[in-house]
Amino acid sequence: MNDTIAAISTALGVGAISIIRLSGPEAISIANSCFKGKDLSKVESHTINYGHIIDQGEVIDEVLVSIMKAPKTYTTEDVVEINCHGGIISTKRILETVLMHGARLAEPGEFTKRAFLNGRIDLVKSEAVMDIIDSKSEEANKLAVSQLSGSTSNMIKKFRDSLKQLLASIEVNIDYPEYHDIEVVTKEKIQTELISMKKELEDIIKSSKNSTLIKEGIKTVIIGRPNVGKSSILNKLIEQDKAIVTDIAGTTRDIVEGQVYLEGILLNIIDTAGIRKTEDIVEKIGVEKSLSMIDEADLVIVVLNNNEELTSEDKEILEKTKNKERIIVINKNDLEKKINISKSSLDSVVETNTNTVEGIKELKNKIIDLFQLESIKSKDYTYLTNARQISLAKKAYQSLKEAEEGLHNSLPIDMIEIDLKDTFDYLGEIIGETYSEEILDHLFANFCVGK
Amino acid sequence: MKYEIIVVGGGHAGCEAALASARLGHKTLLVTSNIKNIADMPCNPSIGGPAKGIVVREIDALGGEMGRNADKGALQTKMLNTKKGPAVQALRFQADKIIYPKEMLKTLQSTKNLEIKESMVEDLIVNNNKIEGIILENEEKILSSAVILTTGTYLKAMVLTGSKKKPSGPHGEKESKFLSDNLRKLGFTIKRLKTGTPQRIDKNSIDYSKAQEEKGDKTPHTFSFDNIVYRKPEDQISCYLIYTTPKTHEIIKEHLKESSMYGGYVEGVGPRYCPSIEDKVVRFSDKERHQLFLEPESLYYDDIYLQGFSTSMPNEIQDLMVHSLPGLEHAKILKYGYAIEYDAIDSKQLKRSLETKIIENLYTAGQINGTSGYEEAAGQGLIAGINASLKLEGKEPLILKRNESYIGVLIDDLVTKGVKDPYRLLTSRAEYRLLLRNDNADLRLRDYGYQIGLIDEQRYQAFCEKRNHIKELTEKLKNNRITPKKGINSYLESIPSTPLKDGISLYDLLKRPEITFDHIKHFIELDYTKEEEEQVEINVKYEGYIKKANKEAEKMLALEEKKIPEDIDYEVIPNLASEARQKLAEIRPTTIGQASRISGVNPADISILMVYLRKNG
Repeated sequence: MNDTIAAISTALGVGAISIIRLSGPEAISIANSCFKGKDLSKVESHTINYGHIIDQGEVIDEVLVSIMKAPKTYTTEDVVEINCHGGIISTKRILETVLMHGARLAEPGEFTKRAFLNGRIDLVKSEAVMDIIDSKSEEANKLAVSQLSGSTSNMIKKFRDSLKQLLASIEVNIDYPEYHDIEVVTKEKIQTELISMKKELEDIIKSSKNSTLIKEGIKTVIIGRPNVGKSSILNKLIEQDKAIVTDIAGTTRDIVEGQVYLEGILLNIIDTAGIRKTEDIVEKIGVEKSLSMIDEADLVIVVLNNNEELTSEDKEILEKTKNKERIIVINKNDLEKKINISKSSLDSVVETNTNTVEGIKELKNKIIDLFQLESIKSKDYTYLTNARQISLAKKAYQSLKEAEEGLHNSLPIDMIEIDLKDTFDYLGEIIGETYSEEILDHLFANFCVGK
Repeated sequence: MKYEIIVVGGGHAGCEAALASARLGHKTLLVTSNIKNIADMPCNPSIGGPAKGIVVREIDALGGEMGRNADKGALQTKMLNTKKGPAVQALRFQADKIIYPKEMLKTLQSTKNLEIKESMVEDLIVNNNKIEGIILENEEKILSSAVILTTGTYLKAMVLTGSKKKPSGPHGEKESKFLSDNLRKLGFTIKRLKTGTPQRIDKNSIDYSKAQEEKGDKTPHTFSFDNIVYRKPEDQISCYLIYTTPKTHEIIKEHLKESSMYGGYVEGVGPRYCPSIEDKVVRFSDKERHQLFLEPESLYYDDIYLQGFSTSMPNEIQDLMVHSLPGLEHAKILKYGYAIEYDAIDSKQLKRSLETKIIENLYTAGQINGTSGYEEAAGQGLIAGINASLKLEGKEPLILKRNESYIGVLIDDLVTKGVKDPYRLLTSRAEYRLLLRNDNADLRLRDYGYQIGLIDEQRYQAFCEKRNHIKELTEKLKNNRITPKKGINSYLESIPSTPLKDGISLYDLLKRPEITFDHIKHFIELDYTKEEEEQVEINVKYEGYIKKANKEAEKMLALEEKKIPEDIDYEVIPNLASEARQKLAEIRPTTIGQASRISGVNPADISILMVYLRKNG
């Protein structure tokens, strides 16, 4: 039990707080490596620390991190709990990030198992622990493998096969150096193989991200100052009068949900109370809630008024959402243009009309583009189904990148091979193929060597 | 007359076992059927190669004999894989088949506590599942506290050429008729394995003008860390390379059914990595040619070993085959190729100390355990000799771990996974091969050799000095910095290497792929041996990879720390999958780490086992 495990320890659900728990010797250093805030390696035990979880420079979520050092913890190991906003996607991304930084996805019941093995739970409970970990966890893995679509596992198999050939060729060069007739695996050859594999693996990871979107829907927040037309845009998107639309600022106080299918993908749209500095206590709650919704959202639609100059509130919203997947809608383009914003400085901009549906189709297309919905909609989409698989794919990708770096730095082939072998093993874990003598078998079946 | 340890067999495993045991002060008897065949090389005249060469280095580091003996008998030396990285480099020597055995015999005969007896062992004396001695073919009993079986291919050996089967050991030596039956009676599972050897050709009948010369390296190499060079590089003997012809393949295809193998005369399982020429032609029919090496066997006689042409065809077909080869049109065959079948035990019946699980103080090593190769045999022999000695001294056995030696990988594979076909070490069998290098075998293992008592004070001091120098040199590189001065940068550019922007330690400078110690010496005066420099350079250049491998190894070691009691009853552990239960009961792993390497034992089973051990421990 010298590795560090992680899992989401709360039920996944919209609105609630989610907790990602880590346990093990590297729990704190792993959390620290993807945390922006205090240096977690230096904080006191049993403290809660504010900050952000970062993945490759990108902020995933605003979090509170509890640091609990061994031995006074549930498992008696170092334990870290990351409290994040409850969105499914951000919760899963945090889990994936800690897995990427070296944690292993916990098996069912594993925290309890560790608690027991470390003497934290009494013997009576041990039977229950045995029942949890039972061979069922193995079945869970098998199930996840079987849930992979044929095209996904075929693609991974294809990569593994070409890696297997490559590895066997490298091995045969190493173990039978005197065989002149066997093709020598050159760095150029490896390079060529790597490029296409890296690209395809990248695509799988990307569409896997989208697979969560397919299953859970895209959590979309429409945000803007009061009375810029958020609700009417929502209505036009969902094509029904669900939100109350009036001219008096501040009527949409509650968060209203609507759903729309784009290219077969569910869009969960959450309207927010208009954001403005207000003294009205009821509305104030709504505004704070709206701002907090930004963190949880997968997509933010910022609505601005074409007929007014940018206010400080507009600027605050733009600032708040700049790291999110967002589309800016400039509404009321039928009225005189007073807005002082240059479109070119913004990401995705759509202009809409107050009274007609002009621009709504364009908005939908932008959403489709942003999430590459078209590409994942086609029937044989390839994606991975759970966090474990995604983290393995990411690790495989990372190892490929390292192999490439090694090639670039002219490292000898036995170093490069280490990263290639890691890639091969990670891919094998995804599809449940972990037979250790596969490469050797391939080598003896395909190369004619021996005395 | 009672001995402490009896070694049965005088091959490479037997020699190492007997030497280790006698050197550790135990009264030892080596029984062999023919003293003249001690340390014989019945197959190829070479020692080492990828992975195997590193085993020889490990044997030397631990205080075994093979490395020093191979240095004495070297005809040609080569460092392989020099361009493929430090982890896979390995030495291969062509070794003289007269000098090697002669020198080994000399060493055996001059070793205190060691006697050699010529006889055939046909039974064991066992009482209450504990070994008490051996019974010879003439029914003479010799008592001992421990026995090490290193019977090679001699158990019920059967030589095959074509449809002819003849009970015999290699070179027409007498085989052991009853020992394997008696082992079966004691409860061992007996397997039938097969190997083969090619023809020996008269040197004077070969036209070398049609062959390509293969020379040794220009720089001297030694297997032993004693670094004594017996043969100057310029005095090396060459090998020659030739290829099979379409005619060769035609002959083989035409007479395929006449070979023992394809005629269905062979029962034993042959090694996958050592196919006969028939196999090669059949299985790789798309290949137009196969390469063959002409390797000299000795300075003292004319046999040339035809490497790559191992066969079980009848002799008259072998004549046709050999004469179809370029330069061998008029070749005189001195010895024909043959297949040999022999009995082996199931290596899963062994502990990691190489003691058998069912008979106390009985050890086995070498081909009887299902391996192939001189080096694999010697490595096991050494460990069996050491562990039989330690057992008699009441000490814990020496169990080498997978992250510290190829010998450890070999033995762990044998006892944990078992073998189907004769087992050969390959670099890819070692998951931590970056740590198991040719250059650092002494750093990995010499401490063990010294603690056990096989490395004397003098050799150990030389090693400690080397280790200290490596530390010192590393510190020096870390503590000396260079700055972006004009002279320094123009020197770097001339290499070419990127000029400096900031100061840098020589340690970090050496990290650059293009920078070698020769460049470093431009900045600092150093007086260290090549080996010491090489060690530091590898550690500096591949630091990231080495750290990663060490981290992985630590995980494995933590699981190795978790012991499983010998008397555990897997039947009473609830929730174990039935396949896991059966495999665990069969192999009886001694640690959680070993259990986790058994195929068919899943992580969930390991969890259950751990919970059970905690609960009942």
